[in-house]
Amino acid sequence: MIDYQFNFDVIWRNWDNFLGALGMGLGLAAASLTLGAILGLGLAAARISGKRWLDRPVWLYVELVRNTPLLLLIFFVYFGLPEIGIYVLDKYHSFILTLTLYAAAYMCEVFRAGLTSIPNGYLEAGKAIGLRPAQRARYVMLPMMFRITLPAMSNNFISLFKDTSLAAAIAVPELTFTARQVNANTFRVVEAWLTASILYLAAAYLIAWALRRVERRYAMIR
Amino acid sequence: MGDKGTFLYEIWVARGSLLSGAALTMQLSLAVIAIGSFIGCFGGLGLVYGPAPLRLAIRSVVEVLRGVPVLVLILFCYYGLALFSIDVTAPAAGVIALSGFCAAHMSETFRGAVASIPVGQTEAAKAIGMRFWQRLTYVILPQAARRMLPPWVNTGVEIVKGTTLLSIIGVVELLLSTQQAIARNYLIIQFYLAAALIYIIINFSVSQLGAWLERRFAYFRY
Amino acid sequence: MASSDMSSEPLLRATNVHKRFDSVEVLKGIDLDVAQGEVVAIIGSSGSGKTTMLRCINLLEEYDDGEIHIDGETIGYRIVGGVRKRLRESAIADQRARIGMVFQGFNLFPHMTAEQNVMLGLTKVQKMPKAEARDRAVHWLDRVGLAERREHYPYQLSGGQQQRVAIARAVAMDPRLVLFDEVTSALDPELVAEVLSVMKSLAESGMTMLVVSHEMLFVRDVATRVVFMDGGRIAAEGPPAEVMGNPSSERLRSFLGRFHGLFG
Repeated sequence: MIDYQFNFDVIWRNWDNFLGALGMGLGLAAASLTLGAILGLGLAAARISGKRWLDRPVWLYVELVRNTPLLLLIFFVYFGLPEIGIYVLDKYHSFILTLTLYAAAYMCEVFRAGLTSIPNGYLEAGKAIGLRPAQRARYVMLPMMFRITLPAMSNNFISLFKDTSLAAAIAVPELTFTARQVNANTFRVVEAWLTASILYLAAAYLIAWALRRVERRYAMIR
Repeated sequence: MGDKGTFLYEIWVARGSLLSGAALTMQLSLAVIAIGSFIGCFGGLGLVYGPAPLRLAIRSVVEVLRGVPVLVLILFCYYGLALFSIDVTAPAAGVIALSGFCAAHMSETFRGAVASIPVGQTEAAKAIGMRFWQRLTYVILPQAARRMLPPWVNTGVEIVKGTTLLSIIGVVELLLSTQQAIARNYLIIQFYLAAALIYIIINFSVSQLGAWLERRFAYFRY
Repeated sequence: MASSDMSSEPLLRATNVHKRFDSVEVLKGIDLDVAQGEVVAIIGSSGSGKTTMLRCINLLEEYDDGEIHIDGETIGYRIVGGVRKRLRESAIADQRARIGMVFQGFNLFPHMTAEQNVMLGLTKVQKMPKAEARDRAVHWLDRVGLAERREHYPYQLSGGQQQRVAIARAVAMDPRLVLFDEVTSALDPELVAEVLSVMKSLAESGMTMLVVSHEMLFVRDVATRVVFMDGGRIAAEGPPAEVMGNPSSERLRSFLGRFHGLFG
């Protein structure tokens, strides 16, 4: 290593900024993931509805979104929507909208796989005790799907949380943006990025740990 | 080609820079996938067969590279490597960072694929007197390769999408060349959609290549 | 040891072999000799250590104490200054190449045809030219009655056929000794006979075989000697008629009793 002197003072001086930025990232992720999961569940329902006019457009949406770079979608929503008369979104809402739409495509695939992997016998058992379709969905399909998809969901959650770093590209003051500012203002390159990396890692592990607890709590014998 | 200001006219004007942007996107992706996969194979080998300290070391690196957002890796490399008085260009820093990300994912994919080959295969190969590298070359890898294929294709798509992050450090790949065109003609929606279409075509080709390889490997069943 | 002769060591000699998995001692001092041309059957209930013994002989398991000799050569270990040292991987591979093994689960290589399965060890381990290896593979696949199935992949073959390919793969290497580890246990009942008849024909051709099996009729007809293992020890040993016809202990009697209908 060259004669680089570590100096973490700037990090402590900016510590509140870093923590606030981390909170911002977590907040963006929580909002987008909640909305994305709800939308994704609807899309998954459309995918398995057996109706072509519902299934095909959703399939196309999922494929298009998953094959388009997130950064492009962020710019498209942030700079493009005002072009067609939608001015109401600030950068935060714009980012949440984008990540929601992006997350929904991934969640749709996770939920669809979960729903189709529920053994038919359980649905038949539900029919046999006289549950209506809506009741079967509420009491049989959803709880089972939730448990089956938990591991895949936690992978998606962590991956989408990391994607909040892209909000820096439209100047949302989250971790990456903050690190870059500290880097630019103080030239404490390694300290700034090391701090951001460690905070991201810590948050990712925290999410993973929390979701593993949920998984264990809802584990079922298969 | 229509009048100045229309989409067809402007895209004709910008065709050269867009195409060279797309070409750079593909070159960067290819380089990253090649380097990352190559390193990832050795990482995976180490994870499966290495002694405990080596496994721990590789595992830690893999976890860090997978836990930190790619954008942070890129910025860290871009600003950080200069400290080593290594003259790294932006594309080189980007390729290094993305290759690290790719290698981490490939290591895990490789490990999973090799670990999924039944132990009886290794024992049968041992029983006819094959040595480690022979068992690997003729028995384990041909079978593992097929299992690695789907996640490998997914990683490939992620890499193509990930190259857009290099626009943030000024690499004029497809996204940045699109933005440069937009800065001249203000056709925000149209040009982002055009760029998205190119990304979708590239990623679709990657998936098709993967599907073709999978068919090539479909001659046996486990 | 019924058939051993102190002046010249038998093909296989195991002395005082011990093996433990964590706190469980699976082999508690096994002494076993197999002479050239013998067919020795190991019987015993599950957990008695039969399979572990076979796997120690082929060095798929490391044994903790004792010695195993093939043709007078200690396999798997050497003693350096009174300390047992596991041989290098390459030395172990060379020793394994002289011992064939057929597994309960076939373990054919799924990405290779029947012929390629048999040829792999010949070309890669024995460095035999391809054409010669192919001739040898064809010969052995013919011997096990699968000449027509040479180009088939394992998934295109029945269990019995897969196991016969696995036998061809083991014997094509021209091993000194072939180990059979419950090779019919995973087969549907109607497929057992075809595998046993191949084994019987190999036995009649003078191949040295060590067979772990629950097929008591086969053991009685084909084995030259039977070894009854119980709780990690050899509890009885001798010609089939003697061991099986006139069980020496209550344990053996009760073990054989489960197959009683077979003997009438």
